[in-house]
Amino acid sequence: MGAPLVLLLALFLVYPVGQLLLLSVYGDNGFTLAQYRQLFASSVYLDVLLITLNISLVTTLVCVITGYPIAYLISVVDKERKTTLLFWVLLSFWTSFLVRAFAWIVLLGRNGVINKLLISLGIISSPASLLYNFGSVLVGMVNALLPLAVLTMLAVMENIDRTLPRAAATLGARPGMAFWRIYFPLSLPGVAAAGIMVFVTAIGFFIVPALLGGRRETMITQLIIDQVQQTMNWGFAGAISVLLLFVVFIVFAAYDRLLGLSTMTGAAAPRNAAPSRSSGPLHKAGDALLTLLGAVSDRILRLLPSRRRDRNPDQAGMGLQAFVWIMLLIISAPTILMIPLSFGTGGLNWPPQGFTLHWYETVLSSPLWTQAMLRSLMVGLGTGLLAMLIGTPAAFLLVRSDIRGKAAWLAFILSPIVVPRMIIAVGLFYVFARMGLIGSAFGLILGHTVVAVPYVVMTMMAVLRNYDTRLDHAAQSLGARPFATLRYVTFPILGAGMMSSFLFAFATSFDELTIALFATGGLNATLPKQFWDEVTLEVSPAIAAVSTCLFVFMGLLIFVAERLRRRAAAR
Amino acid sequence: MVSSSLRIHELCKRYGDFVALAPTSLDVASGEFLTLLGPSGSGKTTLLSLIAGLAHPDEGRILIDDTDVTHSPAYDRDIGVVFQNYALFPHMTIEDNIAFPLKMRKVADAEARRRTAEALETVRLPHVAKRYPRELSGGQQQRIALARCIVYRPAIILMDEPLGALDKKLRDQMQLEIKRIHRELGTTIVYVTHDQEEAMTMSDRICLMNAGAIEQLGTPEDLYFRPRSVFVADFLGESNLLSATVRGVDGDGLDIVLAAQAAPSRAVGNGGSFAAGEPIKVMVRPQNLVVGDAGGGGQLSGRISGRLLDVMISGSLTRLYIAPETVGMPQLVAAHPTRSGAAPYEIGQLLSLGWHAADAVAIRDGKGI
Ligand SMILES: Nc1ncnc2c1ncn2[C@@H]1O[C@H](COP(=O)(O)OP(=O)(O)OP(=O)(O)O)[C@@H](O)[C@H]1O
Ligand SMILES: [Mg+2]
Repeated sequence: MGAPLVLLLALFLVYPVGQLLLLSVYGDNGFTLAQYRQLFASSVYLDVLLITLNISLVTTLVCVITGYPIAYLISVVDKERKTTLLFWVLLSFWTSFLVRAFAWIVLLGRNGVINKLLISLGIISSPASLLYNFGSVLVGMVNALLPLAVLTMLAVMENIDRTLPRAAATLGARPGMAFWRIYFPLSLPGVAAAGIMVFVTAIGFFIVPALLGGRRETMITQLIIDQVQQTMNWGFAGAISVLLLFVVFIVFAAYDRLLGLSTMTGAAAPRNAAPSRSSGPLHKAGDALLTLLGAVSDRILRLLPSRRRDRNPDQAGMGLQAFVWIMLLIISAPTILMIPLSFGTGGLNWPPQGFTLHWYETVLSSPLWTQAMLRSLMVGLGTGLLAMLIGTPAAFLLVRSDIRGKAAWLAFILSPIVVPRMIIAVGLFYVFARMGLIGSAFGLILGHTVVAVPYVVMTMMAVLRNYDTRLDHAAQSLGARPFATLRYVTFPILGAGMMSSFLFAFATSFDELTIALFATGGLNATLPKQFWDEVTLEVSPAIAAVSTCLFVFMGLLIFVAERLRRRAAAR
Repeated sequence: MVSSSLRIHELCKRYGDFVALAPTSLDVASGEFLTLLGPSGSGKTTLLSLIAGLAHPDEGRILIDDTDVTHSPAYDRDIGVVFQNYALFPHMTIEDNIAFPLKMRKVADAEARRRTAEALETVRLPHVAKRYPRELSGGQQQRIALARCIVYRPAIILMDEPLGALDKKLRDQMQLEIKRIHRELGTTIVYVTHDQEEAMTMSDRICLMNAGAIEQLGTPEDLYFRPRSVFVADFLGESNLLSATVRGVDGDGLDIVLAAQAAPSRAVGNGGSFAAGEPIKVMVRPQNLVVGDAGGGGQLSGRISGRLLDVMISGSLTRLYIAPETVGMPQLVAAHPTRSGAAPYEIGQLLSLGWHAADAVAIRDGKGI
């Protein structure tokens, strides 16, 4: 049942990436290290690598540190407020990177909200240049990746037994101590998982540095694009890819050494796996540090006026809530501010003036945009279907049967998430060019399926694990044949879960730029590709109109997906 | 020996409109073993978490040794809680789990180690000190939770269905263990259970709860032999409840007439007050229902005849299910020790049943006092 998936990944992940890596050592005259010599000949490329690592590291730190309180709050509040908070995180998560980066261009521009605000407050007298520097890249990167960090940590925090901190309280631990000695260590796997997910994604980013950064914020993937698009230098692109892949590999190896890769998926260590008996000096030091942190927080808490009297011990403090809402505002506001601008007559200057539908008309009457929309919808639907068709049987296989080397299979299936997207994209470009698939919708669907299928498998595995197989047995004992069992029992119950993983795959494809950047071959652009082409050409209000449409569309999609998810959970 | 008295005054907890605990007062003496018993959702956990300081009451006060702790946080109350799901910290060894409360109290390391070892001895698990919680069986985790609770000698220990997850045999063992610890330490214990047998065997007093309020508070004998309401009679052990009317009251005894019967009989009160003409229920426990003339016909007060519907032998007890001949009277259960070689019963056979006046307990119909 897993054969189609293995075939897909072998043909469109392993083969293209392998090809690209081979190209880096094979020139016209056979084996050569010329590309690598060039790579290390000057400090240019290493500098770019250092910049990339620097930006990624700072982004990761900021995302994890500010994301932690957000995830924490979401994990402790009651159901209703959780839904609200989660909606804003998800909306941000699903809003296209492009749309968000574009929104920051507008926001930070000379006539943007921030400059106007600072001037009206009298803090500065003339517009400051807030764009194209390290700060603007960092803001964009954090905005792009904070939701991912929050969701990853949340997955772990939701599984922390809520009675444990309470138990600590009855045993005499003050709130600070209970947090640092009990809650925090238990949430660490989530922090680590979020850290590595954000870091690895950040390393492969090009949208944000390209749109919000200056020359000094060039990141390594941008070099690969240049090599492919401008000079068609496959060999050198391959060499840079190897460098990038090598860095990612080192990061994962280090992570595995320190924490074990099994914590990646947010799953707690398996029940019967013996935990490492850490009693070394490192462990002792960590212990002492946490105790110190606990004692210090309690000192500080005691200085605050005591509001404890009529407070439910479970309720989160006002400070925390305020922080979380401010963070959510910061990550959602830019896109929302785009909406009034798209209806204004004053271009992208703040404040918006007048009201016009001109920009929407411009977009809708442009065949470039409408065709791109249609194409994106079509490719998205195709990807959703194909990913479901290929991913669902594999998930069944992984959950229901006892195949050997499950962990290895899982790692293989998840590898499209781990390998930087740019490397997959360039490799596919090379292979598709040979196969004549450039510019074809089918090629795009294949490419997008490669990157969407891991999410489908993961979601379906989660759904299947919660599925009570006794229901199937019951149906069979009642006389249903396997097909009838599937049709009347299994699918109706799994339906909502399947629908939401379909939507996940659809949304992944709908928002995919990296693969589309090459595989569309300049013709037959998808929506993100069209967006990218326009935005790198000119920042116009028409793009604000497109952004608004995309934002609303994604909002609706999340709403539907969330509905489905809850219906599934209610069963 | 450390133990404290606990006084709860008009304590009340609401969730929105829903009253999880109606204003409730309760005194627990120092060193007492009090069990909260009641059906699911009756407010036992709610009451316990209010006492522990894990939830905040809407009204009322909690006093420990006459000190008001209603607004003290959990970590200042010196109350130990054994959670239903154990709540052992998964990232700490057993040793560290048990030493945690000592650490929080800044007990010196050497002393903490000594007391941890001692607590492990007490629960008879000295060999698991270096393991992690998930490497223990359910029953062992349970005992560690207990050890973590007694190691700092809290003045009051609260236990929420601590044996809920254990099998029968382990349960019995643990019950003895808890009783032993209670005897040795003399701590005040408030214990929650679903299991009435457990409540009966372990408690000094039982507090039977129903729908967020105390239904009856008393010794196990009180609750079993003198239930104040039909609910209590029904909840604790098997019972036969017969409708009757009071004819007259003298001292502790009552003259009654069973519904649909003409012959008068006698019953004893449950401590409540009764008035002539009042409709009541009469409770007779199955083992007090005498079958045939075995009990010496002359002394029996009540008499009923009925047809045998079914016989069930559950080890030491033989249960007879009987449909009374009197119309409208509910099915009855009689029980007697299983005797080998006794004449076998025949289904459908007509049996005469009776009971002693002292075994017929009058209960006010509807809700008790
Ligand atoms: N956080 C809450 N929000 C709303 N209602 C609650 C909450 N906690 C408890 N309740 C309600 O209060 C009532 C009493 O709950 P409690 O947990 O005290 O019952 P219990 O006697 O411990 O039951 P069980 O024997 O099943 O553990 C229940 O009806 C429950 O639904
Ligand atoms: Mg309970």
